[in-house]
Order: sequence, then C-alpha cells, then structure tokens
Amino acid sequence: MKYLCLVYGEEDRISAMDDHECLACDASLRASGHCLASEALQPVATATTVRVRNGRLAVSDGPFAETKEALAGFYLIEARDLNEAIQIAARIPPAKIGCVEVRPIRPIREQPRSGTSPG
Amino acid sequence: MNRAGDVAGPDGAATAAQRAVEAAYRDESRAVLATLIRLLGDFDLAEEALHEAFRAALEQWPEQGVPDNPRAWLVSAGRFKAIDRVRRQARFVAFDADLHDRAADAGDDAEAPDIHDDRLRLIFTCCHPALAPDAQVALTLREVCGLATEEIAAAFLVPAPTLAQRIVRAKAKIREARIPYEVPAAAELSARLDAVLRVIYLVFNEGYAASTGATLLRHDLAGEAIRLGRLLAALLPEPEAMGLLALMLLHDARRAARTSPDGDVVLLEDQDRALWDRAQIAEGAALVERALASRRFGAYTLQAAIAAVHAQAPSADRTDWREIVGLYDALLEREPSPVIELNRAVAVAMRDGAPAGLALVEALLARGALLEYRFAHAARADLLRRLGRNDEARAAYRRALELTKQDAERRFLERRLAELAAR
Repeated sequence: MKYLCLVYGEEDRISAMDDHECLACDASLRASGHCLASEALQPVATATTVRVRNGRLAVSDGPFAETKEALAGFYLIEARDLNEAIQIAARIPPAKIGCVEVRPIRPIREQPRSGTSPG
Repeated sequence: MNRAGDVAGPDGAATAAQRAVEAAYRDESRAVLATLIRLLGDFDLAEEALHEAFRAALEQWPEQGVPDNPRAWLVSAGRFKAIDRVRRQARFVAFDADLHDRAADAGDDAEAPDIHDDRLRLIFTCCHPALAPDAQVALTLREVCGLATEEIAAAFLVPAPTLAQRIVRAKAKIREARIPYEVPAAAELSARLDAVLRVIYLVFNEGYAASTGATLLRHDLAGEAIRLGRLLAALLPEPEAMGLLALMLLHDARRAARTSPDGDVVLLEDQDRALWDRAQIAEGAALVERALASRRFGAYTLQAAIAAVHAQAPSADRTDWREIVGLYDALLEREPSPVIELNRAVAVAMRDGAPAGLALVEALLARGALLEYRFAHAARADLLRRLGRNDEARAAYRRALELTKQDAERRFLERRLAELAAR
C-alpha cells in the first residue's frame, strides 16, 4: 500500500533545520525499501496555482491555500498498513516542529472512476 | 424465508431452537462479527455475513438441532455466505481473489484461540487515533456494543443521519487508509490503550452526567460503558483498564443516591448512603487494590482510589480526607490540571477547614484558570456560605448559575441562592 507523506511546517523553522538530518532520514527510508520517491520543495513564495474554468486558463500567484504551515516536501512510501505508515512518518525530521499528513494513494490506474459530472 | 417461524408453535424443539438463536444473537453476535471482520477484511461485508449467518441459523437449527458451539457455527456460516456472495458479484473483481483466498484459507483458523483476540482487535480498530474522536465513540458503540445507529444518535443528541454518516466515513477510512485489524504491539500498547480508555470513559461520562439537556442520568450509556470496561479488563487485564472499570463501578454505585425523586442533584455529603450499591463498591474497591498492587497504575486508578475512599466512608465527616488529599497530590504529579487542583482544594477544606480550601480556590481563579468553569464558582460559593460570607456566596452562586446549561444543576444552584436569601 502506498502512502504520500506531506511534510508541513513554518517556513523559517523548516529552513533553519539541518538538511543533513533530512538526507539521513531519506537514505535510511530508501535503504529499507519504504521510500519510493521524495523531494523537498522551494519556499511557498515560489508557488503558482493553475486553474481552468470554462476552458480558460487562470494562473495566480501563491499556494492553493495560504496557511501558517506550508507544504515543505513529500515522501511517497510503501507501507504494510496505516500503522506502519504512521511509524515511518514519525521518523521524518520536520515532524518534530511541523506535521506530516499521511494520505493513502488511490489506485487511479488500476481502478479508474468514470466520474459524475456536476449539476 | 423464516422457516423457524413456520415450524414453531406446537413444536417445542423449534421454539427452543429459536430461543437458542436469540440467545446466540444476544451473547455471541459481537464476537462473531469481530472474527468475521478479520476473516473477510471488511466491516460491511462482515456485517452482511453476520446477518446471513443468523438467518441461516433460524432456518437450520430447528431442523438440524442447535450446534454444540454456536459461535463457531455462525462464524463458519457467515464465512461461506460471504464467499458465495463474492463469487456471485463480479463487480469486486480486483478485490475478489484476495478476499476469496483469505476467506477460504481461513479454514479452521476461525475456531483458533485467536478468536478471543478478535474482540480486542475490533476495539482497538474502532478506537484508532487516526479516526475522529466522535467517530471512535460512534463506531465502538455500533460495532463492539451492537447499539443501533438510532440509539447512539438519541443518546448523543445528534440527528441519526449525522451519526450514520460519521460511521460510514469511519469505515471508509479504515478501508481506504488501511487501518490494520490488530492488537497493537507492546511498544505502542500503552498509548493505544489510552485512546480506548478515553472512548470508554467518554461514553460513561456522557451517560453519567449529560452536560446539556433535561436528563441528568442516562443509565444506558453508563451501563454500556461498564460492559465495555468489563470486556476490556477481561481481555487485557492492564492496571489502567482495571482502574477505569473500578472508577466507573464506584461512581455508578452511587447512582440511586445522586438525584432526588424529582430529579434534583444531591451532593455527595447529603446522599443517603444506604442507597449505594455495596456489592458494586466492593467489586470496584477490589479492582483498585489489584491495579495499585501492579505499581504500573495511572490516573484512572488514582481517581478510582479516591472514589473508593469516599464509597467506603460511613459519612462525609468520617471520610479519610487526609488520604484523599494525598491521592490528589499523586494524581496532580502525573496529570497537572486545574480541575484536579480544584477537587484537591475541596478535599483540603474538609481536612483543614473552609478557610484553607477557599484560599486555594481563590488562588486558582486569580491565576485565570477555571474562570469559565461552573464548578469552580459553585465550590467557592459553597465555602463562602459555610464561612457565613453570604453576600459573596450569593454572587458566586449567580456566576455558577450563568455558566450552567443543565436543568438539574440549575435548580440546585437556585435552591442554594433561595436559602441564602432567606437568611
């Protein structure tokens, strides 16, 4: 089962962390086979939000939602179940100062939904 | 469909079989469900299988006789019904193979000693911290206790569709986030047990003293919480599980004395102790002893120990207040909380006199803690009243009255105010 661990934190606190701590965590999660992909993100000021409404592209500055704790990075992990995913998320260093949202991956390729058009 | 109904009547064996099915439903249905969830890996499939198993029992037991082990029979019948269903339904293709294997492989596993642990698995899954707290409560009452959605909704004063939605969402999260159906490993057990105990205590408190509404005692929920506490303490005899069960038994033992016939609050010191349930107090006190002896006890056991001292005292005056203050000190060490400080202050007033207690309560309020807590103002009012400072007492009772939402408490405070006005 795949889970996406979204790492959130206050930007100044996240940027004050030692990257080597995060790299060590990443290396250990890759060595154990739990980590499938992971990246750190540039600050939220670099974010651009893209929408298409009535066929027209609308681009706006900033993240989807302005919050004190911004998305700082992610890990795509493979875990037996939610309990193991929680244990892994707890090892991600920013969990100590921010938080990690654990979301199960929906198997969209294996089980695509046809969708229901609104209204 | 219901063959038992046709055959019953003059045929004694058939009615006996029907009674056996009813008894099995009452005593075994939650355990059967707990095992079916493990075998089938899905709450909804297990619930359907459970109903089909009982339907089969109603058809077959009158003709074939009641099986020696009704629980194993029901588990096995439920499992085969589920396999049948899975074979018939093509829309679960992806899930089929997996489920079919699991259900078919289960074999005699259904009757393994593990069956005992299934109820624990169910409890820990329903109280998983990844579920919202109100969903944990709803799911536990629905799946572990077998209450109907409507009953739970009525007890918690929420509309039935809201509660049903909560349960549906919780089950979806269990399935989609893959919350495992297991008893946590030793390293996690203590934290996970805390979550289970919190759910049980919440149910108890909701039943014991509803914070809103006209009924002070909602016995059903309190009784349900005690049943849950008993089950948990039997399956997992951890000190705090025993401590919580003791705490609930000791509080519940005073139920008949806590309200007057017209539904008014009767304070501990004014209660008719002859109305207390002595057998239940003895059971609670024995559990407290066992939990304390483990030396691994926590806050529930200490609170139960305090309740036991009260419950075993012949009167309020002849209560061992020194012991109670000592237990509050131990509790505060583990769990610093202004509410516990307030309770300790009241005990100090009993041990050392009202001025000592009042000084502590006023220091708490001066610190800004509990300013919005009705019991802090009520306690202060009571101590002022005892000291004859009636004007100040009246003002404090009025403040408590402003903060209370519950009818019985409101009547109590109004009565006290009226008594003071008469002086």
